[in-house]
Parts: sequence; C-alpha cells; structure tokens
Amino acid sequence: MSKQATRDFSHYVTDIGSGLKHIDLAVEGVSCSGCMSKIERSLSALPDVTLARVNLTNRRVALEWKQGTLDPARFIDRLAELGYKAYPFETKSAEAKEAEQSRFLLRCLAVAAFATMNVMMLSIPVWSGNVSDMLPEQRDFFHWLSALIALPAAAYAGQPFFRLALSALRAGGVNMDVPISIGVTLALGMSLVETIDHAAHAYFDAAIMLLTFLLVGRVLDQNMRRRTRAVAGNLAALKAETATKFVSRDEISEVPVAAIRPGDIVLLRPGERCAVDGTVIDGRSEIDQSLITGETVHVPAGQGARIYAGSLNVSGALRVGVSAASEGTLLAEITRLLDNALQARSRYTRLADRASRLYAPVVHATALLTVLGWVLLGASWHDAIVTGVAVLIITCPCALGLAIPTVQTVASGAMFRAGALLNAGDAIERLAEADHVIFDKTGTLTLPELEVTNAADIPADVFSLAGRLALSSHHPVASAVAQAANAKSPLIGVVEEPGQGVRAEVDGVEIRLGRPAFCGAEALAAVRADVDPEASIVAFSRADEKYLFAVRQGLRPDARAIIAALKQRGFVIEILSGDRAPAVRAAAAALGIADWRAGVTPADKIARIEELKRQGRNVMMVGDGINDAPSLAAAHVSMSPISAAHLSQSTADLVFLGKPLAPVLAAIDFSRKALHVMRQNLWLAIVYNLFAVPLAICGLVTPLIAAAAMSGSSILVMLTALRARSVRRA
Amino acid sequence: MEVLVILVPLALGLGLAGLVAFLWSLKNGQYEDLDGAAWRAISDDD
Repeated sequence: MSKQATRDFSHYVTDIGSGLKHIDLAVEGVSCSGCMSKIERSLSALPDVTLARVNLTNRRVALEWKQGTLDPARFIDRLAELGYKAYPFETKSAEAKEAEQSRFLLRCLAVAAFATMNVMMLSIPVWSGNVSDMLPEQRDFFHWLSALIALPAAAYAGQPFFRLALSALRAGGVNMDVPISIGVTLALGMSLVETIDHAAHAYFDAAIMLLTFLLVGRVLDQNMRRRTRAVAGNLAALKAETATKFVSRDEISEVPVAAIRPGDIVLLRPGERCAVDGTVIDGRSEIDQSLITGETVHVPAGQGARIYAGSLNVSGALRVGVSAASEGTLLAEITRLLDNALQARSRYTRLADRASRLYAPVVHATALLTVLGWVLLGASWHDAIVTGVAVLIITCPCALGLAIPTVQTVASGAMFRAGALLNAGDAIERLAEADHVIFDKTGTLTLPELEVTNAADIPADVFSLAGRLALSSHHPVASAVAQAANAKSPLIGVVEEPGQGVRAEVDGVEIRLGRPAFCGAEALAAVRADVDPEASIVAFSRADEKYLFAVRQGLRPDARAIIAALKQRGFVIEILSGDRAPAVRAAAAALGIADWRAGVTPADKIARIEELKRQGRNVMMVGDGINDAPSLAAAHVSMSPISAAHLSQSTADLVFLGKPLAPVLAAIDFSRKALHVMRQNLWLAIVYNLFAVPLAICGLVTPLIAAAAMSGSSILVMLTALRARSVRRA
Repeated sequence: MEVLVILVPLALGLGLAGLVAFLWSLKNGQYEDLDGAAWRAISDDD
C-alpha cells in the first residue's frame, strides 16, 4: 500500500462569489507576531491568493483565492514547510451562533453605555440644580431629554434580559432576569409618569446604568466561553479526522470524515486510527480498542468483524465498509446510558438561580409592603408607589448579577492558562463541590501514546539502529521504538514481513525487529514477560545479539504527585477501568491508590457512581474512552483529556490539555477558590442591601443616592472577583 | 441659558457619533482578533 492518496478538501471550501473561494484553516503553534507575518507573507506569495489573514485570537488563517487550478492542499503543504501543522476548519453552527450572540451583546452594551453617559450628563445638573436655583422648566426639559435617550436605549439594550425573563416565566420558573426586567421597566415607567407630573425626581439614570453594568457581566461571560470553545474546536480539527476512501475499485483519496457516507468503503492502514464505524470487508489484522473499551490487549479482526470509530489498526491493512460516519457512531447501549445520565444532570440548579429564587420574592414582597405601609401611615398612593419603586431600584440585583459572572470569567481565564478548558458554565460550582474522584486508567492516568520502558537496559548504538529500522514499520509498537530512539533517517532496503517484523542488512550483517520468534528470541521474551506481563515485547537481533524492548502506555509524568496532592486535599480516589486486573493493579500500586476495580463495563461504572451518590458523595469522573462517556455524564462533574474520544470530550464538563495531570488539580483549586469568592460576593450584595433597603423604605433614596450606591457596589464586586485569579499553592 | 440650545444637541451629537463609530467598527470585524491587532501594530513589514 505505498500508493500516495490524493487529498480532497472540497468539503471545507466555500464559494464567496465573483470567482473567489474561501477556506479556514486551524493552525497549531501560531503564537507571536513573527509567525503571523511569516505565514501571511508566505501564503500571499502563492499565485492567485487574494487574502491570507491570520487570526491570533482563535489561531486560524482565513484564505481566499481565485477559482482555478490552485488546490487548497497546497496551503497545508506550505504551512507544513514553515513548520506549522494545519487542518481545514469547518465553523460549527453552534460556534457561528455564539459569535452572532456575542456581537449582539456588544451592540447592546454600546447602546446602554452611550445612553448612560448622556443621561448622566443631564442628571448631574438636575441633582445640583435641586439644591440650588434650577428653574422647574429647565429640570423638566432635562428629564424629558433623559427620557428620550433612556427609553429607546433600554428597549434595545434590555432585550437579552427581557427575552430570558420571558422564557423563564413561560417555563414556570424564576431566574435573575425576572427581577432585573421588572425593576428596570417599573423604574422607567415611574420616571416617565413623574416627568409628566413635573416632579423633582426621575430614575432614568439608575435604570440605564443598571443595564450597562449587567451587560458588562454578560459580555465578559460570553467572551470567555467563546474563546475556550474556539480552542477546543481547533484541537478537534487538528486531530485530523480524515479517512482514506476508495473512490473507485482501486483508487484511493484522503477525505475529511465529514464527507464520508454510510456505504462508502475506506482503507485502514496499519498504525491508523479508524474514524468511522463499519464492518471489515477484506483483510486481517489486530486492532487496539482501548479508546472504546479501556482494554489494552489487541483484538484480532478479520472479515465480518465490527470496527468502531477510535479503534487503532495494529498490523495489517483492512478494507472497511462504513455503516455510520462521524456523528452518532456508537453502540446502542452506550447511547442509551448516555441519554439517561444527561437527563439526570440537567436537574442541577446553579448558585445564581438558587439565589434569585430566594431573592425575587423577598424583594418584591418588601416593595409591596413598603407601598402598603406608607399608605397605612397616611401617605398618598402616588408617594407610596414612588417609594416602593425606589426600593425595587436600590435592590435591583446589579451586584448580584455581576457577582457570579465576573468570578466565573476570571476563574475560567485562570483555568485556561493552567491548561483546563471549561465546557459547561456551571461546572465551576459543581467542581468545587466534588469530594470523590474516579479515574479511568487507560489514556487518563496513562498517556495515550506507547513508550519504551526499559530504554536504560539497551546500549545506545543498538537502540538508535533499532529505531532507524523501526521507522520502516507501520506497527504502532515499532513506531514507539522509533520515537523513543529519536530516529530520523530510515535504513535502505528494508523488507517488511507482514505480521512478523522488518529486516534489513547493514554492513553485511542481517538485523531484524519484530516478534520474538521472528528474531529467535523466544526464550528471552518468556523471561521478560514474567517481569512485566503488561508490556508488548519487540525483539531486535543483530547476528547473534538479541535485545528486547518492552513497550507500553506509561503513566502521566506527574500522576503520582497529583494523586498525592488530591489525597492531601481530602479526596477519596478510586480507579474504575475496563482493562484487565493485572494492568490496573500495576497502575494502582504505582500511584498509591488502594481502591481499584478492573474489567468494569459502562453500566457498572454508572452503577458505582449512583451508589456513591446515594451515600451523599459528589463524584468527579476523569475519563477519556467512549466507554466512559455515560459515566462522565452521570457524575456530578467530569473531566477528559484532550486526547479523548469525541463523544467523551463533548460530554465532559472540562477538557484538559497536554501530558501532565496537573490541570486536573489546578481546575479543582481554582474552582474552589471561585466558589468561595462567589459566596463572598453574594454576602457583600446582601450586606449592601441591609444598609440600602431601610433607607429606601424610609423614602430617603434620591436618584443621586441610587446611582452612587449602584456603581459603588458594582465596582466593589468586580474588584473582589479579581481575587479568583490566583490560588495559594500547597 | 440659551447656550443649552447649542450645547445639549452638540453633546448628544458627539455621543451619537461615538456610538455609530463603535457599531461600524463592530460590524467591520475590528474586534474579531484583539491579540493579533496588538502585534500587528509593532510588526514592521507591512
């Protein structure tokens, strides 16, 4: 199978009219201005290219070119020459919708901020005029102008709140947007009535300022989530989900998985990961299903065998008939478990919603009691209602509305820098409550890549020779040897014996790499297997010299330290793995985890989580396999490495990057700190209300006091939120 | 106080001009890549 496949990226190319084509590429490793201008200059130099622009925020390149002979694969080759790995990127509809939402929020914020500044400009003369010698006509004129600015601005900029409040009310619930909408509407309505009546006080400034502050919170929140999602989207694209498709009987083409349809036939070469579900039509091989089941032992696959997306082909080439592609590629059992678990999780109520559930009735009751109280004390209905509305304005959850989103933004930014991406907004709160961590073994505690464990026992010259020989093999175990030896130049004249190994002749001496039997090293291998039963053995022979390489998935470099740190923080830790007992026992012993179970099915994992839930524990699940997806959803909070299967990654609340396990600990620390600051912020808001509400009830709150109190408390809350940026390192 | 007839519309007009400028820049994609814009300002080759 030495045939070079053509690459077909037409799926990602869009026609933008007037003979121009457009493609977006996700690029790995663009991080500075140097890379930016290097890439732009180099790509613009290609003939027919009309636009090459790097976006440093989401690490993508937008390219436009004149329709004709230029093949988009050229861009990828050119970027590879420059040392960047790139892959076509398809904007998911969810991401596009979010970008539009974010622009809308910014427009609202701009309108609200403009109105606030101008209304404030009109209010300050009124406040100072009220204590000096302003003519009533002038005051009315200023009030009318304020109304003219504030009313349309609030109608536009208030939309995000009004919409969410309406949908919450329709669903029969109350959220923070309900008191906000009621407060703003009443304040504006009352101010308008007061203006018509030539009264001294109007609250246009307070109402519109409230909207501005709240919109700042929303915009921050939205931007952080968008950025996280863009990075996650790029990483998904960079995992280069392609398949080699038969376009005719014996012609192959490399196409994106999104363009594969059921019924297509794909070629799966040794060392490749299958991107689709299907059935083997032809060929014999062994496949590694560890990403699906957690089991690290290879399974033989011949004609008629089922292959699931995520399986790694180990030895021979296979022709696979596709039964389902990209989306929805799973075992019915896992899908069903997942649905159930997700339903259960949606019942979690966020801190903000819990607060507003208490908050709205209390505030509205206080306002109503104020009105009735004043009427009973003999005030006119008009004065009583004005005082009641002042209570609503002063309690309007400005600080409350900012208290949680600002902390979330700051904390998720800190997590982002520590290598943990947040998938779900409320995950911070749930993560902070976790007290029991369940780890999957394969790919989570261990690294997904194979490594040579006995490198120190092998002479350096032998190692490097074996590495160069291994470069010619497609076998994943051989690739691990090549990588460990850091081999760059393959040997010449290497012969591959399918299912056995590779051999070549160097200086008249034959060297072989492959199965122990192929190299005549069975006796040695038998001894080695007793020492480390979990490792795959590759033998190497040079004339009569024999060496063995033990290859297996290594533990993450800092796994032991992180597990110890988690224990020190009082977490109960256990391992639930789909792998066999000896493998799990070895990992558990190395990490000092006493509690482990092996050979666990997805349903068993959920059962264990449910059992712990009944005992009142908040379980955090860390896993990567497709077999973990249902338990990731069932757990109180969940986390996946970036190497995880697609399904697990989209189910997990957080995704962590890189080889170390440290982001798991960092995310926990940051979320605990964040929850602490959120609670403090809520208390601050309550204390503020304890001072302000009595003033409002007594009818002492003038528009000046309302505006000062509101901006003061908002700034205080934002400043407190900044503390969530750092945690004390134990 | 007749000066208000000039000053108030002038202030509002200036504010409105700022708002329109912001909305235009937003629509024009000026906020799509804030990190890149920071670097472009100091790169000397274009």
